[in-house]
Amino acid sequence: MDINMTLIGQTIAMIVFVWFCMKFIWPPILSALEERQQQIEEGLAAADKSQEKLVEAQAHADEIVNEARQQATGILDQAHARANEIVADGKDAGVKERERQLAAAKAEIEQEANKAREELRGQVSAIAIASAEKILKREIDDKAHDDILGKLAQEI
Amino acid sequence: MAAEGGHGPQTSGDYISHHLQNLQVCKDETGQWVWNACAGNPMAINVDSMFWSVLLGLVFCFMFWRVARKSSVGKPTKFQAAVEIIVEFVDSSVKDTFHGTSRLIAPLGLTIFVWVFLMNLMDLVPVDWIPMASAAVGIPYMKVVPSTDVNITFGMSIAVFFLIIFYTIKNKGITGFIGELTLHPIAPPTKGFGLIASPFIILFNFILESVALLAKPVSLSLRLFGNMFAGELIFILIALLGLWQLPLHFGWAVFHVLIVTLQAFIFMMLTIVYLSLASESH
Repeated sequence: MDINMTLIGQTIAMIVFVWFCMKFIWPPILSALEERQQQIEEGLAAADKSQEKLVEAQAHADEIVNEARQQATGILDQAHARANEIVADGKDAGVKERERQLAAAKAEIEQEANKAREELRGQVSAIAIASAEKILKREIDDKAHDDILGKLAQEI
Repeated sequence: MAAEGGHGPQTSGDYISHHLQNLQVCKDETGQWVWNACAGNPMAINVDSMFWSVLLGLVFCFMFWRVARKSSVGKPTKFQAAVEIIVEFVDSSVKDTFHGTSRLIAPLGLTIFVWVFLMNLMDLVPVDWIPMASAAVGIPYMKVVPSTDVNITFGMSIAVFFLIIFYTIKNKGITGFIGELTLHPIAPPTKGFGLIASPFIILFNFILESVALLAKPVSLSLRLFGNMFAGELIFILIALLGLWQLPLHFGWAVFHVLIVTLQAFIFMMLTIVYLSLASESH
């Protein structure tokens, strides 16, 4: 239990070990620790940021979907309107066509009737002339009374 | 003396004193190197204490150095994680107490903590194993717990003592150091009639403060030494009991694990506190 040179030996040993620790042990371990702390901090910050970005992107996507939905509704409405229009147009055209055909048919009928009337008039005038010829065989000159007969035919 | 180391001395007194005897070497008057005949010789060296102390210091350096060399940021091994826990523990202790910047204090604290812990831990090796094994190869004495040697604990606390003085002078200057020794706790009068009393007050302060200063390393080393020596002594006493030693030894070992860790922590913590006191002005 006496104090002896061991004391000096231990002091020297301690100085050497502390120096070694200060030089080769402490700095690398602590720098690794600090670096890791920083990485964790950065990682957490990045996670927060990406969370924010996700929310943002979600909102953006919702916006796009809404817009698309509105556009689709618009297109649908337009299509409906167009279809109605086409149907109405078709109806109009049908009515017009019918009217046109009706008119044409009427006109034709009229024409035919006129023609028939004309013919009939011609025939009646011819019969009248023939009967008049037969009655007035000799006195009436065809040529002299032709215009009178024409006027007569017109009046019938 | 060497021959009877074999299977344990006869009486319990012999057994105990054999266990408490260091393996010493020194030069005698004729200049010869002699073993174990050095009682009272201040030039003797306790070979066993030095051997175990340096060996454990090397164990500490090697373990931590390996981790430090290969330390990876992304994927630490389990051992690295364990070492980092210790390092962070020391680092936070230092940061809590010491508010300056120093490249020395934290590594100093780490070295002291782990080294003292390892030296104390040798106390848990059953008291007869290493002495008997060394007796079998012809080494008569082997005290395996370096911190039960007062030289070892004083060696460390004296290094701390010089660091205290160094830090005081570095941060407060020579005058600050002398002022701290002489102008506290009673401020000497600087004018008037009281000037006559000043030398006595300064002398009084000086005696008081030097005792306080010297008490720091003494208490630091004696605390560790006393705890470990008493623990070792109780292990030796328990070892004398024959079969009853088994439960007792277990109980005391469990308790001693606490002391081992606590003393290492206290030694580190007080070192940090002393050094931070030395570098801060009141």
